[in-house]
Amino acid sequence: MSVTVRLPGALRDAAGGKTKLEATGGTLRDVIADVDRRHPGFRGRIVDESGRLRTYVNVYVGDEDVRTHGGVDAAVPDGAEVMIIPAMAGGR
Amino acid sequence: MPTYRELFSELKKRVREATPQQVADLLRSQDVQLADVREKNEWDAGHLPGAVHLPKSYLEQWAEDRIPDKGKTTVLYCAGGVRSVMAADTLRTLGYTDVISMSGGFNRWKDAGLEWVTPESLSPEQAQRYSRHLLIPEVGESGQHRLLKSKVLLIGAGGLGSPAAYYLAAAGVGTLGIVDSDVVDLTNLQRQILHSSERIGEPKVESAKRTLEALNPDVTVVGYQERLTSANIDRIIADYDLVIDGADNFPTRYLLNDAAIKWNKPVVHGSIYRFEGQLTVFKPQDGPCYRCLFPTPPPPELAPSCAEAGVLGVLPGVVGTLQANEAIKLLLGIGDPLIGRYLLFDALDASFREVRLRKDPECPVCGERRTITEYIDYEGFCASPSEWQAEHAPRATTAAG
Repeated sequence: MSVTVRLPGALRDAAGGKTKLEATGGTLRDVIADVDRRHPGFRGRIVDESGRLRTYVNVYVGDEDVRTHGGVDAAVPDGAEVMIIPAMAGGR
Repeated sequence: MPTYRELFSELKKRVREATPQQVADLLRSQDVQLADVREKNEWDAGHLPGAVHLPKSYLEQWAEDRIPDKGKTTVLYCAGGVRSVMAADTLRTLGYTDVISMSGGFNRWKDAGLEWVTPESLSPEQAQRYSRHLLIPEVGESGQHRLLKSKVLLIGAGGLGSPAAYYLAAAGVGTLGIVDSDVVDLTNLQRQILHSSERIGEPKVESAKRTLEALNPDVTVVGYQERLTSANIDRIIADYDLVIDGADNFPTRYLLNDAAIKWNKPVVHGSIYRFEGQLTVFKPQDGPCYRCLFPTPPPPELAPSCAEAGVLGVLPGVVGTLQANEAIKLLLGIGDPLIGRYLLFDALDASFREVRLRKDPECPVCGERRTITEYIDYEGFCASPSEWQAEHAPRATTAAG
């Protein structure tokens, strides 16, 4: 099960500076764990201590918000793109 | 060769006519297309309500734009009922199947005591300035009047606010309110195109006012040289039709969100980080709000501002211009605004992506059970979001994850 994880600028420092990377896993939880194995600390940027998605990060599989599909339990089909969208305040 | 008289009497045989009273009855009882084929100065002096202006001199070129349905009953009128007969015959050759010319024209309509309206008219200079808008049927003269009467509030005269305000002023949006407490500094000029080297040290709202009013004297710029707070936002926001959010910090964005819901104002949201931009329209009731999307801000150490993280100078140009585009669409009521749609721009990939946003039924300000019903301490909320939530709104922390 290979998927693509697309990272925003604000999270690239947590994944070795890459804009996207390949990962494996059938659910979002597995995909995050796979990235975290290679880039320790990544997981904590996406989910909180109790394992829930952080409320200032949105994760999409395709164009669907995973919050409406079970959160970290959301299925990630083979070949899907996982996009992480953080809140950003910059405007000036 | 026939004389004009012969030609005209030939045409009269082919064209169906109706008296003003019959036309008035028809307009009441049936869905018809109504077009005024007179020249602009005649139209400006008064016309039938609901008519489109389709001058005979541009009949062939403009007909399909202004009266698009060739199968629908179409009524034409001029001043006295001559030009409309000729125009009706021309439309027939263009494929319009049911065209009626109003006999006696606008003059007889008025004499019959039927209702007519005077359009607000643009000055000759305005007609030139906005000529490229007037040519677009979706804008046209009535749309341009609408823009001139519109009031848009911009939060920030910086990276996003500069291009947004610039284009809105050029478009003739009549009143632009600008909230910004800063003065122009040299580091701004890499992207904040409203300002200039000679204005360093000048309040941004004054610099913006000078630039925008020089571009378009139709525009009134109202400057608010203050930071947006719970204490002043009601006074500032109440008067405006919509808000463009180009703030540079989370407390202002959450405050604006809560006030926009309170006052029922659409917010055109934009944000930028280095090479990436995000854009959407938060329209109260019709779609999600900022808190549906991000119930809490990230902790400050994970959310650097442009001053800390840097930003490609042209990026706010792209995103701010798109915000102006959304604002104009909302003001005119045209197109599909970005309500419930999050548009993501990546300057390095030169790519746009879009994801769907949903209203959160648990949202503390726009959801079914509202727990935030007045302004909060936004600085405190953004400085340590989880502590604030634990103290004030325990339910929001149980959002699905």
